[in-house]
Amino acid sequence: MTDRGDIGNYQPLTYFQLMEVSLRELLVEKGVVSEQAVSDAVEDMRRRGPDTGAGVVARAWADAEFKRLLLENGARACEAMGVDVPATRLVVVENTARAHNVIVCTLCSCYPRMLLGMPPDWYKSRNYRSRVVREPRAVLAEFGLRVADDVAIHVHDSTADMRYMVLPMRPAGTEGWDEAQLASIVSRDCMIGVAVPKL
Amino acid sequence: MQEVAGAGGGQYATHYTAVAARFAQGDRVRVRDSAPLGHIRTPFYIRGHVGVIERYCGAFPNPEELAQMRDGLPAQPLYRVRFLETEVWPDYAGRAHDTIDIEIFQHWLERAK
Amino acid sequence: MAKPIKSAASNRPTSRDERPDRLIERGHHDMGGLPAGRVEPSEHDYAEWERRVDALMVLLSGVKGAPPRMSVDELRKNIEALGPEAYDSMSYYERWVTSITQTMIQRGVITTDELGRKMEEIRKRREDACKK
Repeated sequence: MTDRGDIGNYQPLTYFQLMEVSLRELLVEKGVVSEQAVSDAVEDMRRRGPDTGAGVVARAWADAEFKRLLLENGARACEAMGVDVPATRLVVVENTARAHNVIVCTLCSCYPRMLLGMPPDWYKSRNYRSRVVREPRAVLAEFGLRVADDVAIHVHDSTADMRYMVLPMRPAGTEGWDEAQLASIVSRDCMIGVAVPKL
Repeated sequence: MQEVAGAGGGQYATHYTAVAARFAQGDRVRVRDSAPLGHIRTPFYIRGHVGVIERYCGAFPNPEELAQMRDGLPAQPLYRVRFLETEVWPDYAGRAHDTIDIEIFQHWLERAK
Repeated sequence: MAKPIKSAASNRPTSRDERPDRLIERGHHDMGGLPAGRVEPSEHDYAEWERRVDALMVLLSGVKGAPPRMSVDELRKNIEALGPEAYDSMSYYERWVTSITQTMIQRGVITTDELGRKMEEIRKRREDACKK
């Protein structure tokens, strides 16, 4: 590798960046993928972010029948709403006055990416994956969330084909809000379960 | 064997030849305390522990086989199993009603008393 | 030296815990319940090369409708095969690109020789560009 550092647009590649370029060029040469398809897929994922999930939560808060459908079959409900979540078997778990849910994948980092976009680094970290199944209350406290003693915590370890999203509780003081207003208080962390919506 | 629709995913449900489901919601099950080689999706921490079937998720190709470039068929029934945190960790510092819910394939489960 | 890992059913440490077979018996990636530090709420903007790795996996696993060339299970298996030091020191997408490339070699989509020659070609191309 050149040791000249950054020179105009030409930067030295790390071993893994070199691998990525090489793999992609070989696959394109062999007709396995096209550069256009790669570029389109990059843009598709760039467009996906927590706003999509927040919109689904807001719809569930505003529409009891949609909420019922969402809890019964998450992907089908999203499709009915016009939200495309390819290859996602979505299970939506509901926070209530008695129960708080939090999501993890201890074995790798499975995440409902088609609904929420790419996961944050901390979700994929050793510390989160190791500790949230064993001491969820302590981990949530590190995020600034204290769950009351009379509320049960349910940790969901997504080990197989299902992908999970938390449906947070609708806070008091939002009566009469439209869906856009409701969505605006639903952060990504609320849908993972390490935060709750705040006014 | 039976034909089973993969559960959940709307248009992404697929039909597989599947092993028959042995367990139902509410059944007490134990996770086998086994440690074989290969790609395994039953976490180490849950092996040997007892929980309750929370729901049947459908039948899916076996990831242990898919990882080895085989088709993973017949599909294996997959369940969400709910465990009390206090049963899994003797020193659990949270509340007695806290749980951990994990998806576990049928071939890792035995009926528990 | 890592703290003794407790056996699953009893969570009591056993005499087996200090032996090398524990490295095999429990995968290094299978970390649920192990002692670890504070969760740092870190995030980073994904670099373009990382996004391209992610996109390759989406395409190769058939999410976009093309016939799948590999499964996410093979991706995971090959990440799990990296070994503890590599697993811990590599970033998420460094693990992914290594795993996807290994899988393509295992599947015969590319060969080791093709990969080596292509990497040398790209490296040289970059060096020549930097010299200009």
